[in-house]
Amino acid sequence: MVLNLLVFILAASGVIQVKDIPNDDGSRLKIEYRLPESVFDSAFLYRIQGNKKILIHKVANSSGVVIDEGLNYKKTYKYTLVVYSDTLKKTYESLMVKPKASWFDTSQFPLFIVVLLYTGLLLFYIQHARSGKSLYLRPIAGLQAVDEAVGRATEMGRPILYVPGLSSISDVATIAALNILSHVTKKAGEYETKILVPVRDPVVYTIAREIVKESYYSIGRPDLYNENDVFFATDSQFGYAAHVSGTMVREKTATNFFMGMFWAESLILSETGASTGAIQIAGTDAVTQLPFFIVTCDYTLMGEELYAASAYLSKEPLLTATLKGQDAMKVIILLVVGALSILNLFGVHITLGLF
Amino acid sequence: MHISHNPWVWVAAILTLAIFSFLYKDNPFFKMAEHIFVGVATGYGFVYTWNNGIYPNLLKPIFVDHQWLFIIPLILGLMYLSVVVPKFAYFIRWPFAFLLGVGSGLSVPLAFRASLVEQIKYTILPNPHGMSAILFINALLILIGVVTVVLYFYFSTPHEGVMKPLTKTGIVFLMVGFGASFGYTIMARFSLLVGRFEFLLGNWLGILPWLK
Repeated sequence: MVLNLLVFILAASGVIQVKDIPNDDGSRLKIEYRLPESVFDSAFLYRIQGNKKILIHKVANSSGVVIDEGLNYKKTYKYTLVVYSDTLKKTYESLMVKPKASWFDTSQFPLFIVVLLYTGLLLFYIQHARSGKSLYLRPIAGLQAVDEAVGRATEMGRPILYVPGLSSISDVATIAALNILSHVTKKAGEYETKILVPVRDPVVYTIAREIVKESYYSIGRPDLYNENDVFFATDSQFGYAAHVSGTMVREKTATNFFMGMFWAESLILSETGASTGAIQIAGTDAVTQLPFFIVTCDYTLMGEELYAASAYLSKEPLLTATLKGQDAMKVIILLVVGALSILNLFGVHITLGLF
Repeated sequence: MHISHNPWVWVAAILTLAIFSFLYKDNPFFKMAEHIFVGVATGYGFVYTWNNGIYPNLLKPIFVDHQWLFIIPLILGLMYLSVVVPKFAYFIRWPFAFLLGVGSGLSVPLAFRASLVEQIKYTILPNPHGMSAILFINALLILIGVVTVVLYFYFSTPHEGVMKPLTKTGIVFLMVGFGASFGYTIMARFSLLVGRFEFLLGNWLGILPWLK
């Protein structure tokens, strides 16, 4: 068979330019191509890796940019662009290029400065608190009701239900919920009121159990601790919801706490609790679940109020100082937003390397 | 009407009705369904964790591929079980410390980027030049909303004086957002309910001709 293709090989003609992408782990290269011919039948971009020729992109336009991923920074690569046009086959080749791996992502430097600023503010307020100076925090209605809710369960002679959310221990909301659990357990222990803590996550279960135990010890009532009161229900989301709903009805809990991270089960839990007539206090940073808690619970801690709760309840200077540091950061953010907005109105666009 | 002859469809239908019966009040049918759900879910969870976590990510690398570095997570994992022996219960602090440390370290830069920088970027008022009036009003509303809501979550000052109208405005923005989210989610839940009724009336009882 007679091959009726005319073949050209144009090495290093500048048609393909391969560049390293900075600030990465050396796994990517950027290939820019600009074909001299504007009309062609088909074109294919290949990566030459040793003896292998791997197709990475089917070229549709005469110029463009392709990011080749999954590379090894220890190896060298070459790219070829094969263009078919009528009876003509042209091959353009790039130079050999080795991707570079970076130790640091320098594009994140402005963000690093922001983190340092925030850390500095936190340390300043922690030092301030340690020096014995009092730090003011405004009262939050939901938190003031915690003691009242525990008292109500005591008066009715019924148990308290405490749900520490459905997320894992790495979730900030879960950590905040466990801090509040400590306070609620101490209060319940003072009144000798039973507290039930059904848990979904095995790690959270272990920590919740220790917290309840420690809380009873700290008020001098270790006899009140019953290991069956803190229990692992199931890790299935709706299995857990069904179980907790059943517990609320059967145990006739007088007070329900829903603190931590929740998903679609939030309404099932809080609606069942509302139907039993229990006083309910919820707290979550799950924005999509907050509306359900607001309509079904007596008090709801919204977003950051949940994080603030542990500082309020424990009166711990370290936690209060952290909250003050966050407040200071909020002021800085609002000032930055205000200043950059005003400058934008006058056509001055400043990014600070961040925006 | 063509009632299903598939026994598994019957099991699913009876369990669905048993869960629905809780709408009336707590009863033995709901209790039965609840306990089956919890038991099956826990059993399934164990098998799933074994097949997708413990064996392929821990046991296989160690005992089949001989990658001895994986012994470190094995030891950390075993430390979790130390709570069953009170004398060695303090070992559990090590995996907890590791988990919290790594989790915080990984999430701090991501949280700063996604929850702070990106939010600020889209709150800053753009240059109105060449922009339609509607888009500019929208941007202005976003700015007012963000500023007033952040002020609501400012804990160092009581909501009095000049802060009172600002935080009240913030609450209005929050409630409008929650209302929209509530309505949207309720519609999604109704579609789930419709799905269940389609199963009962179509797949089980065969009343719906398009779902037999």
